[in-house]
Amino acid sequence: MPEPMGFFTDTTVCIGCKACEVACKAWNQLPATGGGVVEMSGDSYDNTRRLDGINWRHVKFIEQFNHDRSQARWLMMSDVCKHCVQAPCLEVCPTGAIIRTEFDTVVIQSDVCNGCRMCIAACPFGVIGINPASNTAQKCTLCYDRLQAGLEPACAQACPTDSIQFGPIAELKRRAEARLAQLRAMGETRARLYGADEEILGGLNSFYLLVDEPEVYGLPRNPKLPTRNLTLSSLFSTAGALVMALFAVVTLRKRRLDEQAKH
Amino acid sequence: MPDTFYTASPHWAWYIVWYFFVGGIAGGCFFIASLLKLFGRPEDTPVIRTGYYVAFAGALLSGLLLTLDLTRPERFWHMLIQSNTGRLMFKAWAPMSVGAWGLAFFGLFAGLAAASEFAEQKNLSLAALRRLARGIPAMVIAGAGTVLGFFLAGYTGVLLAVTNRPVWADSNLLGLLFLVSGASTAAGTLILLGLWRGSADRSSLEWLSRFDRGALALELLVLLAFVASLGSVAKVFLGWWGALLVLGVLGAGIILPLFLEARQGHRTGTLVRAAALVLAGGLLLRIVVIFSSNQIHVAGSGVSP
Repeated sequence: MPEPMGFFTDTTVCIGCKACEVACKAWNQLPATGGGVVEMSGDSYDNTRRLDGINWRHVKFIEQFNHDRSQARWLMMSDVCKHCVQAPCLEVCPTGAIIRTEFDTVVIQSDVCNGCRMCIAACPFGVIGINPASNTAQKCTLCYDRLQAGLEPACAQACPTDSIQFGPIAELKRRAEARLAQLRAMGETRARLYGADEEILGGLNSFYLLVDEPEVYGLPRNPKLPTRNLTLSSLFSTAGALVMALFAVVTLRKRRLDEQAKH
Repeated sequence: MPDTFYTASPHWAWYIVWYFFVGGIAGGCFFIASLLKLFGRPEDTPVIRTGYYVAFAGALLSGLLLTLDLTRPERFWHMLIQSNTGRLMFKAWAPMSVGAWGLAFFGLFAGLAAASEFAEQKNLSLAALRRLARGIPAMVIAGAGTVLGFFLAGYTGVLLAVTNRPVWADSNLLGLLFLVSGASTAAGTLILLGLWRGSADRSSLEWLSRFDRGALALELLVLLAFVASLGSVAKVFLGWWGALLVLGVLGAGIILPLFLEARQGHRTGTLVRAAALVLAGGLLLRIVVIFSSNQIHVAGSGVSP
Protein backbone atom coordinates (compact mmCIF):
# COMPACT_ATOMS: atom_id res chain seq x y z
CA MET A 1 0.00 0.00 0.00
CA PRO A 2 1.54 3.32 -1.05
CA GLU A 3 1.71 6.08 1.56
CA PRO A 4 -0.62 9.12 1.36
CA MET A 5 0.48 11.46 -1.44
CA GLY A 6 -0.44 15.06 -2.07
CA PHE A 7 0.50 18.62 -2.89
CA PHE A 8 2.18 21.30 -0.82
CA THR A 9 1.62 24.64 -2.52
CA ASP A 10 3.93 27.43 -1.38
CA THR A 11 2.04 30.50 -2.59
CA THR A 12 4.96 32.84 -1.81
CA VAL A 13 6.92 31.59 -4.83
CA CYS A 14 4.00 31.39 -7.27
CA ILE A 15 4.58 33.79 -10.18
CA GLY A 16 1.16 33.35 -11.79
CA CYS A 17 2.49 31.82 -15.02
CA LYS A 18 -0.40 29.34 -15.19
CA ALA A 19 1.86 26.58 -16.51
CA CYS A 20 0.07 24.27 -14.05
CA GLU A 21 -3.30 25.14 -15.60
CA VAL A 22 -1.97 24.43 -19.09
CA ALA A 23 -0.25 21.19 -18.13
CA CYS A 24 -3.41 20.00 -16.36
CA LYS A 25 -5.60 20.83 -19.34
CA ALA A 26 -3.19 19.12 -21.74
CA TRP A 27 -2.68 15.92 -19.75
CA ASN A 28 -6.32 15.47 -18.78
CA GLN A 29 -7.62 16.52 -22.22
CA LEU A 30 -9.94 19.10 -20.74
CA PRO A 31 -11.89 21.28 -23.17
CA ALA A 32 -11.35 25.03 -23.43
CA THR A 33 -13.81 27.39 -21.77
CA GLY A 34 -16.46 28.73 -24.15
CA GLY A 35 -15.26 26.47 -26.96
CA GLY A 36 -11.95 28.32 -27.10
CA VAL A 37 -13.41 31.80 -27.57
CA VAL A 38 -11.46 33.93 -25.10
CA GLU A 39 -13.67 35.95 -22.84
CA MET A 40 -11.90 38.50 -20.66
CA SER A 41 -13.00 38.70 -17.06
CA GLY A 42 -12.96 42.49 -17.29
CA ASP A 43 -12.01 43.15 -13.67
CA SER A 44 -8.91 41.03 -13.16
CA TYR A 45 -5.77 39.86 -14.97
CA ASP A 46 -7.08 36.36 -14.26
CA ASN A 47 -9.43 35.07 -16.91
CA THR A 48 -9.90 31.51 -15.63
CA ARG A 49 -11.76 32.84 -12.59
CA ARG A 50 -12.64 29.60 -10.82
CA LEU A 51 -12.21 25.88 -10.56
CA ASP A 52 -14.90 23.80 -12.24
CA GLY A 53 -15.43 20.67 -14.31
CA ILE A 54 -12.99 21.77 -17.03
CA ASN A 55 -10.54 23.78 -14.91
CA TRP A 56 -8.96 21.46 -12.36
CA ARG A 57 -6.11 23.87 -11.64
CA HIS A 58 -6.69 27.59 -11.25
CA VAL A 59 -4.08 30.20 -10.38
CA LYS A 60 -5.97 32.70 -8.26
CA PHE A 61 -4.79 36.29 -8.62
CA ILE A 62 -5.56 38.33 -5.52
CA GLU A 63 -5.07 41.88 -6.74
CA GLN A 64 -5.12 44.41 -3.92
CA PHE A 65 -4.89 48.05 -4.98
CA ASN A 66 -5.49 51.24 -3.08
CA HIS A 67 -7.91 53.79 -4.48
CA ASP A 68 -5.52 55.66 -6.84
CA ARG A 69 -3.64 52.44 -7.59
CA SER A 70 -0.36 53.95 -6.33
CA GLN A 71 0.09 50.99 -4.01
CA ALA A 72 -0.50 47.39 -4.94
CA ARG A 73 -0.06 43.92 -3.56
CA TRP A 74 -0.35 40.77 -5.61
CA LEU A 75 -0.95 37.36 -4.13
CA MET A 76 -1.01 34.27 -6.31
CA MET A 77 -2.18 30.85 -5.39
CA SER A 78 -2.51 27.80 -7.59
CA ASP A 79 -5.80 26.35 -6.38
CA VAL A 80 -6.85 22.74 -6.77
CA CYS A 81 -8.98 20.03 -5.13
CA LYS A 82 -7.85 19.67 -1.53
CA HIS A 83 -8.20 15.86 -1.45
CA CYS A 84 -9.62 16.19 2.08
CA VAL A 85 -8.94 13.33 4.50
CA GLN A 86 -12.62 13.65 5.54
CA ALA A 87 -14.03 14.51 2.11
CA PRO A 88 -17.48 16.14 2.03
CA CYS A 89 -18.03 15.19 -1.64
CA LEU A 90 -17.31 11.53 -0.95
CA GLU A 91 -19.52 11.59 2.12
CA VAL A 92 -22.69 12.68 0.28
CA CYS A 93 -22.24 11.04 -3.16
CA PRO A 94 -25.33 8.82 -3.64
CA THR A 95 -23.92 6.63 -6.44
CA GLY A 96 -20.57 5.63 -4.98
CA ALA A 97 -18.87 7.39 -7.89
CA ILE A 98 -16.47 9.19 -5.54
CA ILE A 99 -13.77 6.96 -4.09
CA ARG A 100 -10.63 7.23 -1.97
CA THR A 101 -7.64 5.78 -3.77
CA GLU A 102 -4.67 3.84 -2.49
CA PHE A 103 -2.77 7.17 -2.50
CA ASP A 104 -5.33 8.68 -0.03
CA THR A 105 -6.57 10.96 -2.80
CA VAL A 106 -10.22 11.53 -3.78
CA VAL A 107 -11.31 10.60 -7.30
CA ILE A 108 -14.66 10.81 -9.13
CA GLN A 109 -15.25 7.81 -11.37
CA SER A 110 -16.73 9.37 -14.47
CA ASP A 111 -18.36 6.13 -15.64
CA VAL A 112 -20.36 5.86 -12.40
CA CYS A 113 -21.35 9.52 -11.83
CA ASN A 114 -24.89 10.35 -12.99
CA GLY A 115 -24.63 14.11 -12.54
CA CYS A 116 -26.87 14.66 -9.52
CA ARG A 117 -24.47 17.46 -8.44
CA MET A 118 -24.75 16.73 -4.72
CA CYS A 119 -20.93 16.80 -4.49
CA ILE A 120 -20.84 20.29 -6.00
CA ALA A 121 -23.15 21.55 -3.25
CA ALA A 122 -21.14 19.69 -0.60
CA CYS A 123 -17.60 20.80 -1.51
CA PRO A 124 -16.63 23.59 0.92
CA PHE A 125 -14.09 24.96 -1.59
CA GLY A 126 -16.22 25.20 -4.77
CA VAL A 127 -13.88 22.82 -6.57
CA ILE A 128 -16.22 20.50 -8.50
CA GLY A 129 -18.18 21.23 -11.67
CA ILE A 130 -19.86 19.45 -14.57
CA ASN A 131 -17.56 18.75 -17.51
CA PRO A 132 -19.69 19.24 -20.65
CA ALA A 133 -17.56 16.68 -22.51
CA SER A 134 -18.73 13.83 -20.23
CA ASN A 135 -21.73 15.52 -18.59
CA THR A 136 -20.48 14.21 -15.26
CA ALA A 137 -19.05 15.94 -12.19
CA GLN A 138 -15.29 16.26 -12.47
CA LYS A 139 -12.34 17.69 -10.61
CA CYS A 140 -8.62 17.14 -10.07
CA THR A 141 -7.77 13.43 -9.77
CA LEU A 142 -4.28 14.25 -8.51
CA CYS A 143 -3.33 12.62 -11.84
CA TYR A 144 -4.40 9.18 -10.60
CA ASP A 145 -3.32 7.65 -13.91
CA ARG A 146 0.18 9.18 -13.64
CA LEU A 147 0.52 8.17 -9.98
CA GLN A 148 -0.28 4.56 -10.85
CA ALA A 149 2.54 4.72 -13.41
CA GLY A 150 4.98 6.20 -10.89
CA LEU A 151 4.89 9.70 -12.40
CA GLU A 152 4.26 12.98 -10.59
CA PRO A 153 1.10 15.00 -11.44
CA ALA A 154 1.36 17.14 -14.58
CA CYS A 155 0.92 20.46 -12.74
CA ALA A 156 3.70 19.79 -10.23
CA GLN A 157 6.05 18.69 -13.00
CA ALA A 158 5.30 21.84 -15.02
CA CYS A 159 5.62 24.32 -12.13
CA PRO A 160 8.81 26.32 -12.84
CA THR A 161 9.26 27.70 -9.29
CA ASP A 162 8.33 24.57 -7.31
CA SER A 163 5.41 26.47 -5.84
CA ILE A 164 3.53 23.20 -6.37
CA GLN A 165 5.39 20.35 -4.72
CA PHE A 166 4.25 16.75 -4.95
CA GLY A 167 5.26 13.93 -2.63
CA PRO A 168 4.38 11.82 0.42
CA ILE A 169 2.29 13.93 2.85
CA ALA A 170 4.67 13.33 5.77
CA GLU A 171 7.64 14.58 3.74
CA LEU A 172 5.68 17.58 2.41
CA LYS A 173 4.70 18.56 5.96
CA ARG A 174 8.35 18.58 7.00
CA ARG A 175 9.24 20.79 4.04
CA ALA A 176 6.33 23.13 4.79
CA GLU A 177 7.33 23.53 8.44
CA ALA A 178 10.89 24.34 7.43
CA ARG A 179 9.73 26.91 4.88
CA LEU A 180 7.34 28.45 7.43
CA ALA A 181 10.19 28.78 9.97
CA GLN A 182 12.42 30.33 7.30
CA LEU A 183 9.79 32.93 6.32
CA ARG A 184 9.08 33.82 9.95
CA ALA A 185 12.80 34.21 10.62
CA MET A 186 12.88 36.64 7.70
CA GLY A 187 10.15 38.71 9.36
CA GLU A 188 7.09 37.48 7.40
CA THR A 189 4.95 37.07 10.51
CA ARG A 190 1.73 36.57 8.55
CA ALA A 191 2.98 33.31 7.08
CA ARG A 192 0.86 30.31 8.03
CA LEU A 193 -0.03 26.84 6.83
CA TYR A 194 -3.59 26.02 5.73
CA GLY A 195 -4.74 22.41 5.94
CA ALA A 196 -1.41 20.93 7.02
CA ASP A 197 -2.72 19.78 10.39
CA GLU A 198 -5.88 17.78 11.14
CA GLU A 199 -7.94 20.84 12.12
CA ILE A 200 -9.50 21.25 8.67
CA LEU A 201 -11.53 18.19 7.60
CA GLY A 202 -9.03 15.80 9.14
CA GLY A 203 -6.26 17.37 7.09
CA LEU A 204 -6.00 18.47 3.47
CA ASN A 205 -3.82 16.30 1.24
CA SER A 206 -3.37 19.43 -0.82
CA PHE A 207 -2.31 22.08 1.70
CA TYR A 208 -0.99 25.61 1.42
CA LEU A 209 1.46 28.12 2.76
CA LEU A 210 -0.29 31.51 2.85
CA VAL A 211 0.83 34.98 3.88
CA ASP A 212 -2.59 36.34 4.85
CA GLU A 213 -5.92 35.23 6.25
CA PRO A 214 -7.51 32.28 4.38
CA GLU A 215 -10.48 34.45 3.35
CA VAL A 216 -8.14 36.77 1.41
CA TYR A 217 -7.34 33.78 -0.81
CA GLY A 218 -10.99 32.83 -1.12
CA LEU A 219 -10.62 29.93 1.29
CA PRO A 220 -13.15 29.21 4.07
CA ARG A 221 -11.69 29.63 7.56
CA ASN A 222 -13.33 26.59 9.11
CA PRO A 223 -14.90 24.31 6.48
CA LYS A 224 -17.04 21.48 7.83
CA LEU A 225 -18.58 18.19 6.80
CA PRO A 226 -22.13 18.43 5.38
CA THR A 227 -23.42 15.75 7.77
CA ARG A 228 -22.88 18.13 10.71
CA ASN A 229 -26.49 19.19 10.02
CA LEU A 230 -27.95 15.71 9.55
CA THR A 231 -28.92 14.76 13.10
CA LEU A 232 -30.49 18.05 14.19
CA SER A 233 -32.27 18.60 10.85
CA SER A 234 -33.71 15.08 10.98
CA LEU A 235 -34.75 15.45 14.61
CA PHE A 236 -36.56 18.77 13.98
CA SER A 237 -38.33 17.24 10.97
CA THR A 238 -39.35 14.13 12.90
CA ALA A 239 -40.65 16.26 15.77
CA GLY A 240 -42.63 18.31 13.22
CA ALA A 241 -44.10 15.12 11.73
CA LEU A 242 -45.18 13.91 15.17
CA VAL A 243 -46.80 17.28 15.98
CA MET A 244 -48.68 17.34 12.67
CA ALA A 245 -49.84 13.73 13.04
CA LEU A 246 -50.98 14.39 16.61
CA PHE A 247 -52.79 17.54 15.49
CA ALA A 248 -54.56 15.58 12.74
CA VAL A 249 -55.63 12.79 15.10
CA VAL A 250 -56.82 15.20 17.81
CA THR A 251 -58.85 17.33 15.37
CA LEU A 252 -60.36 14.22 13.74
CA ARG A 253 -61.39 12.94 17.16
CA LYS A 254 -62.85 16.34 18.05
CA ARG A 255 -64.88 16.32 14.82
CA ARG A 256 -66.31 12.94 15.73
CA LEU A 257 -67.21 14.05 19.26
CA ASP A 258 -68.79 17.29 17.98
CA GLU A 259 -70.97 15.37 15.54
CA GLN A 260 -71.98 12.84 18.15
CA ALA A 261 -72.99 15.73 20.40
CA LYS A 262 -75.13 17.18 17.59
CA HIS A 263 -77.15 13.99 17.12
CA MET B 1 -17.79 36.11 5.15
CA PRO B 2 -19.57 32.90 6.26
CA ASP B 3 -17.76 29.69 5.27
CA THR B 4 -20.66 28.61 3.06
CA PHE B 5 -20.01 31.54 0.70
CA TYR B 6 -16.82 29.96 -0.76
CA THR B 7 -18.72 27.18 -2.49
CA ALA B 8 -20.02 26.58 -6.01
CA SER B 9 -23.69 26.37 -6.93
CA PRO B 10 -24.92 22.93 -8.01
CA HIS B 11 -27.29 24.76 -10.37
CA TRP B 12 -30.30 22.88 -9.12
CA ALA B 13 -33.03 24.92 -10.75
CA TRP B 14 -36.60 24.50 -12.03
CA TYR B 15 -36.74 20.69 -12.16
CA ILE B 16 -35.74 20.65 -8.50
CA VAL B 17 -38.05 23.52 -7.54
CA TRP B 18 -40.98 21.62 -9.09
CA TYR B 19 -39.84 18.35 -7.54
CA PHE B 20 -39.71 19.92 -4.07
CA PHE B 21 -43.20 21.35 -4.66
CA VAL B 22 -44.73 18.18 -6.17
CA GLY B 23 -42.91 15.89 -3.73
CA GLY B 24 -44.18 17.99 -0.82
CA ILE B 25 -47.77 17.75 -2.07
CA ALA B 26 -47.47 14.03 -2.84
CA GLY B 27 -45.96 13.33 0.58
CA GLY B 28 -48.54 15.50 2.34
CA CYS B 29 -51.43 13.90 0.44
CA PHE B 30 -50.18 10.42 1.33
CA PHE B 31 -49.96 11.10 5.06
CA ILE B 32 -53.22 13.08 5.19
CA ALA B 33 -55.09 10.35 3.28
CA SER B 34 -53.45 7.66 5.43
CA LEU B 35 -54.36 9.43 8.68
CA LEU B 36 -57.94 9.83 7.41
CA LYS B 37 -58.00 6.12 6.52
CA LEU B 38 -56.80 5.25 10.03
CA PHE B 39 -58.70 7.80 12.11
CA GLY B 40 -61.42 9.25 9.85
CA ARG B 41 -64.92 8.16 8.93
CA PRO B 42 -66.55 6.49 5.90
CA GLU B 43 -67.57 9.94 4.60
CA ASP B 44 -63.89 10.77 4.16
CA THR B 45 -63.44 8.04 1.51
CA PRO B 46 -63.56 10.40 -1.54
CA VAL B 47 -60.81 12.57 0.01
CA ILE B 48 -58.77 9.49 0.92
CA ARG B 49 -58.99 8.22 -2.64
CA THR B 50 -58.04 11.59 -4.10
CA GLY B 51 -55.13 11.76 -1.67
CA TYR B 52 -53.83 8.34 -2.70
CA TYR B 53 -54.21 9.14 -6.42
CA VAL B 54 -52.36 12.45 -6.03
CA ALA B 55 -49.64 10.73 -3.98
CA PHE B 56 -49.07 8.11 -6.67
CA ALA B 57 -49.19 10.57 -9.56
CA GLY B 58 -46.87 12.86 -7.61
CA ALA B 59 -44.43 9.99 -7.01
CA LEU B 60 -44.27 9.25 -10.75
CA LEU B 61 -43.85 12.93 -11.60
CA SER B 62 -41.19 13.29 -8.88
CA GLY B 63 -39.16 10.43 -10.31
CA LEU B 64 -39.42 11.96 -13.77
CA LEU B 65 -38.37 15.43 -12.60
CA LEU B 66 -35.41 14.06 -10.63
CA THR B 67 -34.26 11.95 -13.57
CA LEU B 68 -34.51 14.87 -15.97
CA ASP B 69 -32.42 17.01 -13.62
CA LEU B 70 -29.47 14.58 -13.80
CA THR B 71 -26.82 15.52 -16.33
CA ARG B 72 -26.73 11.79 -17.21
CA PRO B 73 -30.42 10.82 -16.91
CA GLU B 74 -29.87 7.33 -18.34
CA ARG B 75 -27.81 6.55 -15.22
CA PHE B 76 -30.62 7.32 -12.75
CA TRP B 77 -30.48 3.72 -11.49
CA HIS B 78 -26.93 4.26 -10.20
CA MET B 79 -28.64 5.77 -7.13
CA LEU B 80 -30.10 2.34 -6.23
CA ILE B 81 -27.65 -0.19 -7.66
CA GLN B 82 -23.87 0.08 -7.80
CA SER B 83 -23.20 0.21 -11.53
CA ASN B 84 -19.79 -1.45 -11.27
CA THR B 85 -20.60 -4.25 -8.80
CA GLY B 86 -24.35 -4.81 -9.20
CA ARG B 87 -24.81 -4.61 -5.43
CA LEU B 88 -27.38 -2.39 -3.72
CA MET B 89 -26.31 1.23 -3.34
CA PHE B 90 -27.33 2.71 -0.01
CA LYS B 91 -25.72 5.25 2.34
CA ALA B 92 -27.76 5.91 5.47
CA TRP B 93 -25.95 9.22 6.11
CA ALA B 94 -26.36 10.59 2.57
CA PRO B 95 -29.81 12.22 2.20
CA MET B 96 -29.89 11.81 -1.58
CA SER B 97 -29.25 8.08 -1.25
CA VAL B 98 -31.90 7.67 1.46
CA GLY B 99 -34.21 9.92 -0.56
CA ALA B 100 -33.88 7.80 -3.71
CA TRP B 101 -34.89 4.68 -1.76
CA GLY B 102 -37.56 6.64 0.13
CA LEU B 103 -39.11 7.80 -3.12
CA ALA B 104 -38.99 4.26 -4.54
CA PHE B 105 -40.83 2.82 -1.52
CA PHE B 106 -43.18 5.79 -1.48
CA GLY B 107 -44.06 5.06 -5.11
CA LEU B 108 -44.60 1.38 -4.31
CA PHE B 109 -46.94 1.97 -1.38
CA ALA B 110 -48.73 4.93 -3.01
CA GLY B 111 -49.21 2.70 -6.07
CA LEU B 112 -50.69 -0.12 -3.95
CA ALA B 113 -52.93 2.33 -2.10
CA ALA B 114 -54.11 4.04 -5.28
CA ALA B 115 -54.66 0.80 -7.20
CA SER B 116 -56.63 -0.88 -4.41
CA GLU B 117 -58.84 2.17 -3.83
CA PHE B 118 -59.39 2.50 -7.58
CA ALA B 119 -60.46 -1.15 -7.78
CA GLU B 120 -62.90 -0.55 -4.92
CA GLN B 121 -64.23 2.67 -6.43
CA LYS B 122 -64.84 1.12 -9.84
CA ASN B 123 -66.01 -2.25 -8.45
CA LEU B 124 -63.38 -4.02 -10.52
CA SER B 125 -63.38 -7.79 -10.27
CA LEU B 126 -59.88 -7.87 -8.79
CA ALA B 127 -60.49 -9.44 -5.40
CA ALA B 128 -56.84 -9.60 -4.33
CA LEU B 129 -56.31 -5.92 -5.07
CA ARG B 130 -59.57 -4.84 -3.45
CA ARG B 131 -58.66 -6.69 -0.27
CA LEU B 132 -55.77 -4.22 0.14
CA ALA B 133 -58.26 -1.37 0.52
CA ARG B 134 -59.91 -2.94 3.57
CA GLY B 135 -59.06 -4.26 7.00
CA ILE B 136 -55.53 -4.97 8.14
CA PRO B 137 -53.81 -4.65 4.72
CA ALA B 138 -55.30 -1.15 4.39
CA MET B 139 -54.10 -0.29 7.90
CA VAL B 140 -50.58 -1.48 7.05
CA ILE B 141 -50.52 0.55 3.83
CA ALA B 142 -51.87 3.60 5.64
CA GLY B 143 -49.29 3.19 8.40
CA ALA B 144 -46.49 3.00 5.85
CA GLY B 145 -48.09 5.89 3.94
CA THR B 146 -48.03 8.10 7.03
CA VAL B 147 -44.31 7.48 7.60
CA LEU B 148 -43.29 7.62 3.92
CA GLY B 149 -45.46 10.69 3.31
CA PHE B 150 -43.84 12.64 6.11
CA PHE B 151 -40.44 11.44 4.91
CA LEU B 152 -40.91 12.58 1.31
CA ALA B 153 -42.26 15.97 2.38
CA GLY B 154 -39.39 16.64 4.77
CA TYR B 155 -36.20 14.95 3.56
CA THR B 156 -35.72 17.44 0.72
CA GLY B 157 -35.08 20.21 3.23
CA VAL B 158 -32.71 17.96 5.19
CA LEU B 159 -30.90 17.23 1.90
CA LEU B 160 -30.36 20.94 1.32
CA ALA B 161 -29.03 21.31 4.88
CA VAL B 162 -26.55 18.46 4.37
CA THR B 163 -24.44 20.47 1.91
CA ASN B 164 -22.11 23.40 2.38
CA ARG B 165 -24.18 25.95 0.46
CA PRO B 166 -25.31 29.37 1.72
CA VAL B 167 -28.80 29.54 3.28
CA TRP B 168 -29.33 25.75 2.95
CA ALA B 169 -26.50 24.60 5.23
CA ASP B 170 -26.74 27.62 7.52
CA SER B 171 -29.89 26.38 9.25
CA ASN B 172 -31.25 23.11 10.64
CA LEU B 173 -34.88 24.07 10.06
CA LEU B 174 -35.33 23.61 6.28
CA GLY B 175 -36.47 20.00 6.64
CA LEU B 176 -39.12 21.01 9.15
CA LEU B 177 -40.14 24.01 7.04
CA PHE B 178 -40.60 21.89 3.89
CA LEU B 179 -42.45 19.23 5.87
CA VAL B 180 -44.98 21.70 7.27
CA SER B 181 -45.29 23.43 3.91
CA GLY B 182 -45.88 20.02 2.31
CA ALA B 183 -48.75 19.47 4.76
CA SER B 184 -50.37 22.85 4.03
CA THR B 185 -49.99 22.60 0.24
CA ALA B 186 -51.32 19.03 0.27
CA ALA B 187 -54.38 20.08 2.30
CA GLY B 188 -54.88 22.94 -0.18
CA THR B 189 -54.64 20.51 -3.11
CA LEU B 190 -57.17 18.13 -1.56
CA ILE B 191 -59.57 21.01 -0.84
CA LEU B 192 -59.35 22.27 -4.43
CA LEU B 193 -59.71 18.79 -5.96
CA GLY B 194 -62.55 17.91 -3.58
CA LEU B 195 -64.48 21.04 -4.55
CA TRP B 196 -63.71 20.67 -8.24
CA ARG B 197 -64.84 17.05 -8.43
CA GLY B 198 -67.73 17.81 -6.10
CA SER B 199 -67.16 14.46 -4.47
CA ALA B 200 -65.80 15.44 -1.08
CA ASP B 201 -68.06 15.43 1.96
CA ARG B 202 -68.55 18.85 3.54
CA SER B 203 -67.23 17.67 6.90
CA SER B 204 -64.06 16.33 5.21
CA LEU B 205 -63.49 19.72 3.57
CA GLU B 206 -64.04 21.52 6.85
CA TRP B 207 -61.57 19.25 8.58
CA LEU B 208 -59.01 19.75 5.78
CA SER B 209 -59.43 23.49 6.16
CA ARG B 210 -59.00 23.17 9.93
CA PHE B 211 -55.87 21.05 9.43
CA ASP B 212 -54.55 23.54 6.86
CA ARG B 213 -54.92 26.43 9.32
CA GLY B 214 -52.98 24.48 11.94
CA ALA B 215 -50.25 23.71 9.42
CA LEU B 216 -50.11 27.34 8.29
CA ALA B 217 -49.83 28.60 11.85
CA LEU B 218 -46.95 26.20 12.47
CA GLU B 219 -45.38 27.17 9.12
CA LEU B 220 -45.50 30.83 10.14
CA LEU B 221 -43.53 30.09 13.31
CA VAL B 222 -41.05 27.79 11.54
CA LEU B 223 -40.44 30.30 8.74
CA LEU B 224 -39.64 33.05 11.24
CA ALA B 225 -37.40 30.69 13.20
CA PHE B 226 -35.68 29.63 9.95
CA VAL B 227 -34.80 33.23 9.00
CA ALA B 228 -33.63 33.92 12.57
CA SER B 229 -31.48 30.77 12.58
CA LEU B 230 -29.57 32.00 9.52
CA GLY B 231 -27.90 34.72 11.60
CA SER B 232 -25.70 36.96 9.46
CA VAL B 233 -26.47 34.87 6.35
CA ALA B 234 -30.03 36.26 6.45
CA LYS B 235 -28.58 39.32 4.73
CA VAL B 236 -29.02 37.48 1.40
CA PHE B 237 -32.70 38.32 1.86
CA LEU B 238 -31.99 42.06 1.75
CA GLY B 239 -33.24 42.44 -1.80
CA TRP B 240 -35.68 40.86 -4.22
CA TRP B 241 -35.53 37.40 -2.66
CA GLY B 242 -36.33 38.89 0.73
CA ALA B 243 -39.23 40.87 -0.74
CA LEU B 244 -40.60 37.67 -2.31
CA LEU B 245 -40.15 35.80 0.97
CA VAL B 246 -41.91 38.44 3.09
CA LEU B 247 -44.63 39.60 0.71
CA GLY B 248 -45.14 36.39 -1.28
CA VAL B 249 -44.45 33.44 1.00
CA LEU B 250 -45.23 34.99 4.37
CA GLY B 251 -47.86 37.58 3.40
CA ALA B 252 -49.79 36.08 0.49
CA GLY B 253 -49.03 32.40 1.17
CA ILE B 254 -49.49 32.14 4.93
CA ILE B 255 -50.98 35.21 6.65
CA LEU B 256 -53.60 36.08 4.00
CA PRO B 257 -55.14 32.59 3.78
CA LEU B 258 -55.18 32.35 7.59
CA PHE B 259 -56.92 35.73 7.71
CA LEU B 260 -59.42 34.80 4.97
CA GLU B 261 -60.43 31.57 6.67
CA ALA B 262 -60.65 33.18 10.10
CA ARG B 263 -62.99 35.91 8.78
CA GLN B 264 -65.12 34.10 6.26
CA GLY B 265 -65.21 30.58 7.62
CA HIS B 266 -65.94 27.72 5.28
CA ARG B 267 -67.64 29.46 2.36
CA THR B 268 -66.67 27.72 -0.89
CA GLY B 269 -65.17 30.84 -2.47
CA THR B 270 -63.03 31.43 0.60
CA LEU B 271 -61.81 27.83 0.64
CA VAL B 272 -60.80 28.07 -3.02
CA ARG B 273 -59.02 31.41 -2.63
CA ALA B 274 -57.20 30.34 0.53
CA ALA B 275 -56.11 27.00 -0.96
CA ALA B 276 -54.87 28.66 -4.15
CA LEU B 277 -52.87 31.17 -2.11
CA VAL B 278 -51.36 28.39 0.01
CA LEU B 279 -50.27 26.50 -3.13
CA ALA B 280 -48.73 29.62 -4.68
CA GLY B 281 -46.95 30.40 -1.41
CA GLY B 282 -45.59 26.85 -1.19
CA LEU B 283 -44.15 27.05 -4.70
CA LEU B 284 -42.70 30.48 -4.04
CA LEU B 285 -41.05 29.24 -0.82
CA ARG B 286 -39.12 26.64 -2.79
CA ILE B 287 -38.22 29.16 -5.51
CA VAL B 288 -36.85 31.60 -2.93
CA VAL B 289 -34.92 28.94 -0.99
CA ILE B 290 -33.29 27.47 -4.13
CA PHE B 291 -32.48 30.63 -6.07
CA SER B 292 -31.45 32.89 -3.17
CA SER B 293 -28.66 30.38 -2.54
CA ASN B 294 -27.81 29.81 -6.21
CA GLN B 295 -26.95 33.48 -6.73
CA ILE B 296 -23.90 33.05 -4.48
CA HIS B 297 -21.13 31.31 -6.41
CA VAL B 298 -17.45 30.92 -5.45
CA ALA B 299 -16.47 34.15 -3.71
CA GLY B 300 -13.07 35.52 -2.87
CA SER B 301 -10.96 35.81 -6.03
CA GLY B 302 -10.07 38.93 -7.98
CA VAL B 303 -9.56 42.60 -7.22
CA SER B 304 -10.19 43.97 -3.74
CA PRO B 305 -9.54 47.48 -2.41
